[in-house]
Amino acid sequence: MLDVDVRKQRGAFVSEVAFSSATPGVTALFGRSGCGKTTTINMLAGLLRPDRGRISIDGTVLFDAAQGVDLAAEERGIGYVFQDSRLFPHLRVRDNLRYGERRARRRPHRLKFDDVVGLLGLATLLQRRPAGLSGGERQRVAIGRALLAQPRLLLLDEPLAALDAPRRAELLPYLEGLRDRLSLPMVFVSHQFEEVLRLANHVVVIDDGRVADHGDVVSMSQSTALRAIVGTESLGTVVEGIAGALDAASGLTQIQVGRGQLRVEAAALRPGQRVRVQLLARDLILATAEPGSLSVRNILPGTIARMEPDGERAWLAFTDIGGALAMVRVTDDARRALALAAGQRVWVLIKAVSLRGHVFSGPGSA
Amino acid sequence: MLLNPDEWQALRLSLEVALWSLLWNLPVATAVAWLLVRRRFPGRTLLDAFVHLPLVLPPVLTGYILLVLFGTRGPIGGWLQRVFGVHLIFTTAGTVLAVAVMTFPLMVRAIRLTLEGVDAGLEEAARTLGARAFDRFTSITLPLMLPGILAGAVTAFAAGLGEFGAVITFVSNIPGVTRTLPLALYTALQTPNGDATAARLAMTSFALGLIGLVLSEWLARTLRRQLGRGIT
Repeated sequence: MLDVDVRKQRGAFVSEVAFSSATPGVTALFGRSGCGKTTTINMLAGLLRPDRGRISIDGTVLFDAAQGVDLAAEERGIGYVFQDSRLFPHLRVRDNLRYGERRARRRPHRLKFDDVVGLLGLATLLQRRPAGLSGGERQRVAIGRALLAQPRLLLLDEPLAALDAPRRAELLPYLEGLRDRLSLPMVFVSHQFEEVLRLANHVVVIDDGRVADHGDVVSMSQSTALRAIVGTESLGTVVEGIAGALDAASGLTQIQVGRGQLRVEAAALRPGQRVRVQLLARDLILATAEPGSLSVRNILPGTIARMEPDGERAWLAFTDIGGALAMVRVTDDARRALALAAGQRVWVLIKAVSLRGHVFSGPGSA
Repeated sequence: MLLNPDEWQALRLSLEVALWSLLWNLPVATAVAWLLVRRRFPGRTLLDAFVHLPLVLPPVLTGYILLVLFGTRGPIGGWLQRVFGVHLIFTTAGTVLAVAVMTFPLMVRAIRLTLEGVDAGLEEAARTLGARAFDRFTSITLPLMLPGILAGAVTAFAAGLGEFGAVITFVSNIPGVTRTLPLALYTALQTPNGDATAARLAMTSFALGLIGLVLSEWLARTLRRQLGRGIT
């Protein structure tokens, strides 16, 4: 277990964050810029001293104000991948990677140099200097450097934030690989929910220096606290399921979600693979009678669990589609016309095409 | 251009004195520059001002202050003599001290400038990778400061060759002991028929200065290339 309970005051800003996460596992600290996420992981790393509180991982106390325990950053064995990489400019990539490895003599070397180089695709970069690397390459080297220091916990501070969209898309699979192949606890900071739903097991939503909500990715995708941060455009619940075989005739893959099936356009899924699908609330359609003669490939029967207002003129219909929850955004006009209310039997319509780019490999799918 | 034995002696003494003062200054100036840039402590501004004092005081005054402090009856000089038997006044060791004090601010300034350009975030990164304070300094900070340290060293060495006021005030003008190049030049100018000697010494000083400047520029450029682009 990773147990964190820390408080830090800086001027008028108070950061007071407490959470516990299972280890190994990936915990995402999610929130707007400047909400205190980086402050929190700096305290975990030992780069910033909490005013009070306690930090422990798997029974080892790293910080305890009450007992006067404050392990120095260099003694904590916590890897840190900074937003701006911070590679040592005078060392070649190989020596950057070896830097932490050489200084981790007392810890068992679970992660071998060649394995990390392979996992992160660094073989061709070893002789290069950091100044000649692209942003994505720099972050991969920074991750490798942190891993080879044999950490008991890896912190990542917005590892993708400094990258453009193509570089981000290039790095994400590497991060998914880390999550699935290493049994290493990770805490990462992000303000992009897509990163969170692709990588995390556990989400801690931070708002204005405090934990607004926390839980697994599926339940957090339904959280009111998260909704306030994400904004209407990318609002949507996450459902988890198991991929079936690709149907060659239709080109669609079936995903078993709860007791229902979702058909998606995603050729790269392996049968049996655990997947996460984000159902964007604005893309979904509700029907009160079973529709026919439609091009829509997913017509899922369900029951409205509850209705919540979303702003002045819209509503969110939380609909149980056989063990999973879909959040459908409807206008107030539609709600009145169809008399939508909790307990009502409905059909949720999801275009297979609209799910393109919203199907991701879930944790533990390697 | 041939120098006579006396002139050779002055040149050799100058080089020797400048080199020794450089060796003494290197670690101290590096430490002081590091303190001034990386640490916040009470009296920091005062230390900063104190370090720069020799740059703004008349060299003769600096020499006089040294005389008061390090003289046989001075608070430091007296102690040095009692405890270590070290004599500074009218000695080559005293010349080294005078040159070291005068060139100290030049070195601190050059080192400080590069250190300010070294991202403290890199030292933080080294911490998270398990490097302790001294290890961090030698593996990260020092190599990145090296261009500044070398540039500062060359400048200080070249300036040290020419230090006049503080030297003549503190340790006087003794042939073979404290008579460095500029003091020999001064003496020649004061001597009837010393024109030829003065001209040769002047040419020597000029050449040394030029070599120093070219060397400093070349070193800085080579190192920057070696340490990877993007570091100044």
